[in-house]
Amino acid sequence: MSANAPLPRWADVVVLPLVNLAIALLVAALVVAAIGQSPAQVMTMLVRGAFGSERGLSYTLYYTTSFIFTGLAVALASHGGLFNIGAEGQATLGGLGTGLVALWLSNTLPAAVLLPLMLVGGALFGMAWAAVPGYLQAYRGSHVVITTIMFNFLASTLLVYLLVNRLKAPGSMSVESVPFGPAAHLPGMHEALAWFGVAWPSSPLNLSLLLALVAALGVYAFLWHSRAGYRLRAVGSSEGAAAYAGIRPKRQIIVAMGLSGALAGMVGMNEIAGVNGKLLLDFVGGAGFTGIAVAVMGRNHPLGIVLASLLFGALFQGGAEVSFEVPGFSRDMVVTLQGFIVLFSGAMAYVIAPAVAALIQRAGRGRNAPAVAQAPGASHG
Amino acid sequence: MTPPAPASPAPAVRMSAINKRFGSVQANADVDLSVIRGTVHGLVGENGAGKSTLMSVLYGFYAADSGSIEVFGAPARIRTAFDAIALGLGMVHQHFMLVETLSAIDNVMLGAEPHALLKRADAIVRARLTELMGSTGLKVELDAIVGELSVGDRQRLEILKTLYRGAKILILDEPTAVLTPQETEALFKVLARLRAQGTTIILITHKLKEVMRLCDHVTVMRAGRVVHECAIADASVQGLAEAMVGRQVNIGRQGDAADAPGAVALQAEGLTVRDAMQVVRLQGVSLSLRAGEIVGVAGVAGNGQSELLEVLSGLREPAQGALRVAGQAFEPGRWLDPRRARELGLAHVPEDRHARAMVMSFAAWESAVLGYEGLPAYSRRGWMRHRHMVEATAALMQRFDVRPRDPQLGSAKFSGGNQQKLVLAREIGQAPRVLLVGQPTRGVDIGAIEFIHAQLRALRDAGCALLVVSSELDEILALADRVLVMNEGRITGELPINECTEARIGLLMVETAHERQAA
Repeated sequence: MSANAPLPRWADVVVLPLVNLAIALLVAALVVAAIGQSPAQVMTMLVRGAFGSERGLSYTLYYTTSFIFTGLAVALASHGGLFNIGAEGQATLGGLGTGLVALWLSNTLPAAVLLPLMLVGGALFGMAWAAVPGYLQAYRGSHVVITTIMFNFLASTLLVYLLVNRLKAPGSMSVESVPFGPAAHLPGMHEALAWFGVAWPSSPLNLSLLLALVAALGVYAFLWHSRAGYRLRAVGSSEGAAAYAGIRPKRQIIVAMGLSGALAGMVGMNEIAGVNGKLLLDFVGGAGFTGIAVAVMGRNHPLGIVLASLLFGALFQGGAEVSFEVPGFSRDMVVTLQGFIVLFSGAMAYVIAPAVAALIQRAGRGRNAPAVAQAPGASHG
Repeated sequence: MTPPAPASPAPAVRMSAINKRFGSVQANADVDLSVIRGTVHGLVGENGAGKSTLMSVLYGFYAADSGSIEVFGAPARIRTAFDAIALGLGMVHQHFMLVETLSAIDNVMLGAEPHALLKRADAIVRARLTELMGSTGLKVELDAIVGELSVGDRQRLEILKTLYRGAKILILDEPTAVLTPQETEALFKVLARLRAQGTTIILITHKLKEVMRLCDHVTVMRAGRVVHECAIADASVQGLAEAMVGRQVNIGRQGDAADAPGAVALQAEGLTVRDAMQVVRLQGVSLSLRAGEIVGVAGVAGNGQSELLEVLSGLREPAQGALRVAGQAFEPGRWLDPRRARELGLAHVPEDRHARAMVMSFAAWESAVLGYEGLPAYSRRGWMRHRHMVEATAALMQRFDVRPRDPQLGSAKFSGGNQQKLVLAREIGQAPRVLLVGQPTRGVDIGAIEFIHAQLRALRDAGCALLVVSSELDEILALADRVLVMNEGRITGELPINECTEARIGLLMVETAHERQAA
């Protein structure tokens, strides 16, 4: 038996994630049963909460949007051979950049000019925040995993400092900036749909979702159709070969981190420009870390990331509904459930790969060449 | 240790009608192998011929689909390596199975401690090993840390380890692939001595000269089957090569350059390289390459050849020296870089195919444009021209007979020979003025060697200047018009091909600086 038969691509992309998801849900169901709740009831409620109503679906897609940005950020760095754990901090800085542009210009510029500027501001702040660890990795050998973790803390304290000491609205007790002018408001999906005469309930879901989908397309085009993306993947796969090809690995590390940070920084458009309309604390809310799970589950492919983001968006929204509706099913249970999915689809994604490969191989052999299938015990006969 | 010698002893190993299939590949088909006690049996064949599968079946790594095994005449059921070891089999892998941070003696003891108290165990093992070293001639410093031992020492340690565990049948997988000629010589002495003491040896190799020198019998495999088997007295290198490949092959020297070499295409002066520890790796190396000649660099691996290639191709900047290529002068501080080298018509087939020449996770067409992805034919305004790249790759594959002819297949899925042909196709494809080639046929099948050599000669005849670095002296003698010998980071000799003999080059390869001064 060759235990390490390669998994066909279709199985790697489709079958394995689904099997992992099924295992995670199964284990979660056991835990739900163990605390005396009905798994079927909880699952049904979760799915209905996430997709069952226009409002629920809107919330699901709103969470999905941020996860797409951070998932793409982690995936792009990963193609460059870098593990960017700093999407949380880069998203924080992205929101700061978006917010600063809005605070500065929202009463002078029209929305059509201001919103693109806010996007650029967020992306540039995220890019700069990620490029520093990139530089330290490339030229100083400081491991990017360590530095990006530290930069998450730095980002969060920097935001606190700025809000408390510089940006807080005078006379206000809450730690947040003054609201932006109306030009800085990225239209919600219900507003956009209303332009076309479609009635849709009000929700935080906004046009950033379209931006996220465009970003996913852009990442795909960049990685597999641009020369720069080719070079980035070459460095990520084999630094020696890249150097031989005349590609400078150090520069590519900074490029990869910078682009990754820019993607994470776009979270600011969703949270700051789309929803809050002002700068505040903790608007990223862990989306940067969820992005790691999203990227792993999505196999670092933009399409996979969009789908994985949708799954995690549904978990966030559906989970919130469940904890609201089912007595004794706390918010922590929802986090536990998410934890199982991250565990089985992320950390342990390939644990069952050999078993799946063997099954596929056996199925294939049974179909194509029954003559050679032999009972294992018959060897050395 | 000598096994009892009855009148007609059963063979040490008899494998009968072994079949093993992986997916659609029949790795072993009705293979019979019989190894006489106390002999050295050569098992030869190209990559993928099924030698390793057969030995893995014997050693319990794979279960055969059908077939039977007898060891010393008794039917054997070998399901794990432990079963194999218990039967007196011992395997020395091509990639050593040693813990580098432990001492030599601890590596031998690991997993076979004869006593619960380590101090007692150490004494027992030490006594036994000392005795073994005395009787076999395998000398290893027992308290040295393995990571600090030379490759030859590590191999001796591996053999000692298997003998310590009671191996009476020694399986050696490509044992000389990593050894210098001197270490190879020493190894063969030891193996001959072990044979004289009754140990049976199975030697997996593709170096036919070694088979002729050491083996008593030889079995040739091709495409999963045994295609030839004979006593060494009835074998010849040419005959074995043809059995391996399945057709007539020409691997020797095939004619000199037609014309006298032309203008100087590359000139290097006084190249000196120090590594990160400030150890001199290359010292004052000067050379020139002329259009229409192949300059061979001979030498034991690790004597500065790799550094020379890196410096000449722009991958590494020397501490001192100067380089002229295509009318451009380079010196430390503003040295050549690989991209500039390609622009100047200086192509490079690196020694390390896996770490440098290709990106193994890329599709073949992506690897086939590596380094040339910026050419207008391959990309425009920053976007890749997929169709052009795939078509160009298909054309390269056609021209260089790369199989399978599938540009979409992953680079890692090609055999070593086909990977090398694809790399060579890429580098030759842009009609370079200078081509640097490191180890042109390492890990490459005989059939592909013949093809690659022919391509290099054709390139020379078209007026390219070639520098070929190879640790296989035969290859240098087959290809070069002029030979440089490297030793300890210097060029210790330069000979036109008609003055080259194996003995003369061999001497230049190993002579130490001290001996040179004394002479």
